[in-house]
Amino acid sequence: MLEQLVRLGRIGIGSLEQLGRGHLLLLHMLAGISALFTRPRLLVNQLYSVGVLSILIIAISGTFVGMVLGLQGYYILSQFGAEQTLGVMVAASLVRELGPVVTALLFAGRAGSALTAEIGLMKATEQLSGLEMMAVNPVKRILTPRFLAGFIAMPMLAAMFSALGVMGGYFVGVGLLGVDDGAFWSQMQAKIDLYDDVLNGVIKSLVFGFVCTWIALFQGYNAVPTSEGVSRATTRTVVHSSFAVLGLDFILTALMFGE
Amino acid sequence: MTNNRTIEILVGAFMAVGLLALFFLSMQVSNLSSSANGDGYQVQARFDNIGSLKVRSPVTMAGVRVGRVSAIAFDRKTFEAVVTLRIDSAYEQSIPDDTFAKIFTAGLLGEQYVGLDAGGSATFLAEGSNITLTQSALVLEEIIGQFLFSKAEEGAQIE
Repeated sequence: MLEQLVRLGRIGIGSLEQLGRGHLLLLHMLAGISALFTRPRLLVNQLYSVGVLSILIIAISGTFVGMVLGLQGYYILSQFGAEQTLGVMVAASLVRELGPVVTALLFAGRAGSALTAEIGLMKATEQLSGLEMMAVNPVKRILTPRFLAGFIAMPMLAAMFSALGVMGGYFVGVGLLGVDDGAFWSQMQAKIDLYDDVLNGVIKSLVFGFVCTWIALFQGYNAVPTSEGVSRATTRTVVHSSFAVLGLDFILTALMFGE
Repeated sequence: MTNNRTIEILVGAFMAVGLLALFFLSMQVSNLSSSANGDGYQVQARFDNIGSLKVRSPVTMAGVRVGRVSAIAFDRKTFEAVVTLRIDSAYEQSIPDDTFAKIFTAGLLGEQYVGLDAGGSATFLAEGSNITLTQSALVLEEIIGQFLFSKAEEGAQIE
């Protein structure tokens, strides 16, 4: 009985410790941002590996998600004789939900796992300790540029996802299924609000970018420095990021589109 | 790793494409392009019942959108709805001041909008003027009620 209690207590303290370490790391990374302005090249290199290399998967998924939305939406809406509102449906679901969320999930799988593996391997091969030996702060030098790059890249990727999705929906709806071209755009422009929809989507993707990159970097930095530890940390990154994104999405949606 | 110059070019292109996508979303997808012409002038119209008219509903003339509903208020003294219409500046000095404002529904289940029927006056609506000739929204329950009532009356007369 007491043994069970001890185990429970250990789990509680352990997870609290993890949480504390994660937040300390976040504080250190945020404190290092100012130093980054003197070395923008570090940020540019990370933007390349986090952002540019993710474009392909984001573009392809965005287009196909939009096309599927166009098809599915058309079949449902045509039953009510409301095919003209297809544009509204495609754009609203992309800009509000699917753009930020699916981008964040793909980002966690594509860029987050790579970040964790990279940092974890640096730790396992003692490159981070090596930097410390040379009086270089590894958090400032290695982690901060990656963090900021993820934070900047996510809204860009989400915007590309949504824009390409709308084009995909346009292609299927107007090009293949024969929805009226003018009605598609004019209904969309009449119903989608710049602040309520587009801006809130951007805020969502900023939050997701912050959280996903933070989780990925923390898992890498906190990994057990063995090959097994790195592989576990990578798995945890994807699982935790997905949970965080989906949970936060519900909270953000409830706050933004509450009324 | 590719050399630095290529990376810089690619990152620049990435940022440009991202911003372009945001621009596309705000201009083409959202209402920014149609609400950007916020100039124009405001006129007021009073209705007994506005149905489900909302702020930002379109104001049309002969089916062409000439403005939007910018505010809806309730007059506590006369128990009327005070609807403020913002007419685009392109239609300044061109809508007669005895214009008739009606609330229509687009389709059976569609949204409601304000339709303007031009009058014959030589003076035009300007900032702050009032549209005095108005017709309320048709509320479906009222129409059905009237219909049933008249049917019942017919039945009574036959007997």
